[in-house]
Amino acid sequence: MAEMVLLLEAVMHRDIYQMRNRSRGSTIVPVAMAAVLWLSVTAAGGQTPAYRAPRSADGKPNLNGIWQALNEASWDIEGHAAAPGIVTALGAAAAVPPGMGVVEGGPIPYQPAAAARKKENFEKRLTLDPEIKCYLPGVPRATYMPFPFQIIQTQKYIMMVHTFARAVRTIYMDDHKEAPADSWMGWSNGHWEGETLVVDTTGFNDQTWFDRAGNFHSDALHVVERFTATDPDHLLYEATIEDPKVFTRPWKMSMPIYRRVDKSAQIMDFRCVEFVEDLIYGHLRKQPGK
Amino acid sequence: MNHRFLVAAGGLIVLIAGLLLPTMPAAGQATSAAAKTNGTPAKPYTPPRTPDGQPDLQGFWTNTTYTPLERPKDVNKEFFTQEEALELIKKAADIEGEQTEPGTILDVHYDFTQFGLDRSQGGFALNLRTSMIVDPPGGRIPPMTPEGQKRAAERAEARKRMGAATDAVQNQSLSVRCILMDRDGPPMLAGAYNNNYQFVQVPGYVMILVEMLHDVRIIPLDGRPQMPQNIRQMMGSSRGRWEGNTLVIETTNFTDKTAFQGASEKMRLTERFTRVAEDTMRYQFTVDDPATWAKPWTAETPWKKTIGPIFEHACHEGNYGLYNTLAGARVEDKKAAEGANKPSK
Repeated sequence: MAEMVLLLEAVMHRDIYQMRNRSRGSTIVPVAMAAVLWLSVTAAGGQTPAYRAPRSADGKPNLNGIWQALNEASWDIEGHAAAPGIVTALGAAAAVPPGMGVVEGGPIPYQPAAAARKKENFEKRLTLDPEIKCYLPGVPRATYMPFPFQIIQTQKYIMMVHTFARAVRTIYMDDHKEAPADSWMGWSNGHWEGETLVVDTTGFNDQTWFDRAGNFHSDALHVVERFTATDPDHLLYEATIEDPKVFTRPWKMSMPIYRRVDKSAQIMDFRCVEFVEDLIYGHLRKQPGK
Repeated sequence: MNHRFLVAAGGLIVLIAGLLLPTMPAAGQATSAAAKTNGTPAKPYTPPRTPDGQPDLQGFWTNTTYTPLERPKDVNKEFFTQEEALELIKKAADIEGEQTEPGTILDVHYDFTQFGLDRSQGGFALNLRTSMIVDPPGGRIPPMTPEGQKRAAERAEARKRMGAATDAVQNQSLSVRCILMDRDGPPMLAGAYNNNYQFVQVPGYVMILVEMLHDVRIIPLDGRPQMPQNIRQMMGSSRGRWEGNTLVIETTNFTDKTAFQGASEKMRLTERFTRVAEDTMRYQFTVDDPATWAKPWTAETPWKKTIGPIFEHACHEGNYGLYNTLAGARVEDKKAAEGANKPSK
């Protein structure tokens, strides 16, 4: 039975690829097929190619694997030119790589007081950025930090295990609850909308940031993420950010996420607490002779 | 919550322990029966299968126990009777309850009767064994080899040179620093609280979410080799396989920072998870480290099905205790220095 389903999947994938190829031709039948393809593209939201991911045992798109974003959002989710780093001694090694940004539709719509706070965060980022202290990175930041994360997907639970700080998210697929308390990584309820995994996360504290540039949120943060496979090795990641205490309206970021196709890829130990102890507690070391 | 209530609640947990445990004789029997017939339950339980055909260990488990790793010196048998075991658990729960006795130094700590901190509140598999260690049959860790003893002495010396625990953050234990709970190893043992785990299985992997410190073990099952020798990690490099209904995890590539029971970083750990009943899993582990012990030794303890979900345990982020411990010690240093400078009367 399972083999049959797999076979069917394979046939369907091939059909789609063939349709794509034929649609470049000029005969009427391929044009009609292209029209069908175009319709399905439009129905999926305008950007998503009509790709049907392989299925997991429960018939849902199979997103299992090790994934990683490949962009400069970790430094600043908004478009930015290259800039020097904040630690002089690290020179070019810690400079800010330039990026076009991942925020859709113009600048992040901060309320005036929040805009001032963002500016202050940026100026004091060396002491305020929670990443520096190896704190849990929150959502969506964990998704696009320059480290791989693994999706472990079953019908009831989808786990997202991040390298950084061993941050882990449990996406509850069939037992939706309200967050029992605030937390760093939030409380995530998920469901499928066709090809898309939709994750609704609330229950955040106000301690995490979106990037190293000081973009931030309050404990009223509500994130709706959409994970859609666009081909075997890419996901389209979209996150809608809502926080009435900080922003004037909901806004959205989007980016591709890439499968780590290297055979040896695995989530390795990044137990960074040990790396930040001298930073956090170093001044409390006993001084010789005292 | 006032102290009077705490004392009352302390009595309550014993009552709860008394109520919970007799409802779980099946687990205890399964465990002891399994042990007495050399690892095979009298009626072999066949676990359900995951969609890809793995024995299904998924769900939430607890390894909470009052059974010590090593057999107490005044005990000379492998198993307690059920009455003896329940009596010992009651005594242990009493002692835990007393940790919050008003007016004692122990009062300045967690309220063990709240938030499920007291072990007996959550329910656990009754184990009639007098120790987790089953081999050697004496139930105790075998004596160290001369090499192991030498290393232990050197470690103790190095530790002394570092000074007092409050002299620097690095002098504190990995547990206190929220880096890795000593008891989470691997091997995975229980502590006083947060003894919950979630197993999730997908084709090619078993994932174990550890409640304590939100640690995660992702175990590949595809037969890939261990990480190269030069890559050492506190939790090592783990690779898994199925032997019948048993999940076998081999772990190597440890560092010398965890040093389980004095082991070297060359320790080779074999863990075996076998679901022996709907609600009980047998956890066995064998420690093989010729640099420390002449022969491998083996322990086993039952884990019991429990309920989720597991909530985020952000230990490092809220580690005010560590900060205050060190800051307090520096205040004491300052006071002592000022005292020394005062002219004596």
